[in-house]
Amino acid sequence: MAGKTTLNNLPSGSFALVTEVLAEGLIRRRLLDLGLVPGTRVEVVRRSPAGDPTAFNIRGAIIALRKEVAGQVLVSPLGDEAAG
Amino acid sequence: MGLTYQSTGKLATREIFNVPASIRQPVVALAGNPNTGKSTVFNALTGLRQHTGNWPGKTVLQAKGSYIHDGRKYTLVDLPGTYSLLANSVEEEVARDFICFARPDATVTVVDATCLERNLNLVLQVMEITDKVIVCVNLIDEARRKNIRIDSDKLSERLGVPVVTTAARSGEGLSRLLDVISDVVFGRVQPKPRLVRYTPEVEEAIARLEPGIRALVGGEINARWVALRLLDGDIKLGHSLEIFCNRREPVRAAREVLV
Repeated sequence: MAGKTTLNNLPSGSFALVTEVLAEGLIRRRLLDLGLVPGTRVEVVRRSPAGDPTAFNIRGAIIALRKEVAGQVLVSPLGDEAAG
Repeated sequence: MGLTYQSTGKLATREIFNVPASIRQPVVALAGNPNTGKSTVFNALTGLRQHTGNWPGKTVLQAKGSYIHDGRKYTLVDLPGTYSLLANSVEEEVARDFICFARPDATVTVVDATCLERNLNLVLQVMEITDKVIVCVNLIDEARRKNIRIDSDKLSERLGVPVVTTAARSGEGLSRLLDVISDVVFGRVQPKPRLVRYTPEVEEAIARLEPGIRALVGGEINARWVALRLLDGDIKLGHSLEIFCNRREPVRAAREVLV
């Protein structure tokens, strides 16, 4: 298991667990409402051709986040075998 | 992420709400996350052909229709699909202000049976504003296909509000939904939402704010919920409240000069 990184740094097809949401204010509220709370498993579904935004599977919904926003979510990557 | 409060222009939405909650014609609101089939439920109940489609923000301003059940006419209001009611966007604000200020006689929160977990956030938020909540677990046919089983009795017990499973596309469960709505509207069933209890510090702050808020807004608006929003620093709710308390006109005029 690798160390901590942020959501925007993960490759397509990988999985990670949210450890902390660094964003403040409305962005924080928004991310929490979307289900990005610590312990949530997130899948990186695909990256747009321009490299940003990236689509994530968060609790059963595909949500696209820009890297400025995804960069404010700390995650710990999961190996493929842990992806379940 | 949706239209912002600024981009669509201030209080335009407030005026549209004034669907008076009369005893003769009950008002029922439909809330729910995007993509839960809320508009399909709306169309199935009202027989209207409101556009349904798979993109966000489709229902920015609410649609209104009516239906007759047991010889009584109900007004049904389709609120925009939102993940939250904490007013980050104009859709959320429309939905929230409607539930809070227009005070529907029942609020049906439509949730997606295939991803219940992410939908329950909104259910909890709606329950904080009003007791008269019914959870409609829609897309139950898709859930069955995916081998997801929903224990609606257990869910109802845990939430403290009635739960009805439906597949709006095929009409499954809709007649029961109508029965439950009328039970709630006419008080034959009184939901007792199990609310989130916050930390002692927060609960203490709520207890201190509540009496003052109740004195200000009267029994018409849920004082606990307003206290929570104020503690959260929700400025927009303050504006909406100001308007509500002053019966709109003076403050509205003043704000339009400012903007």
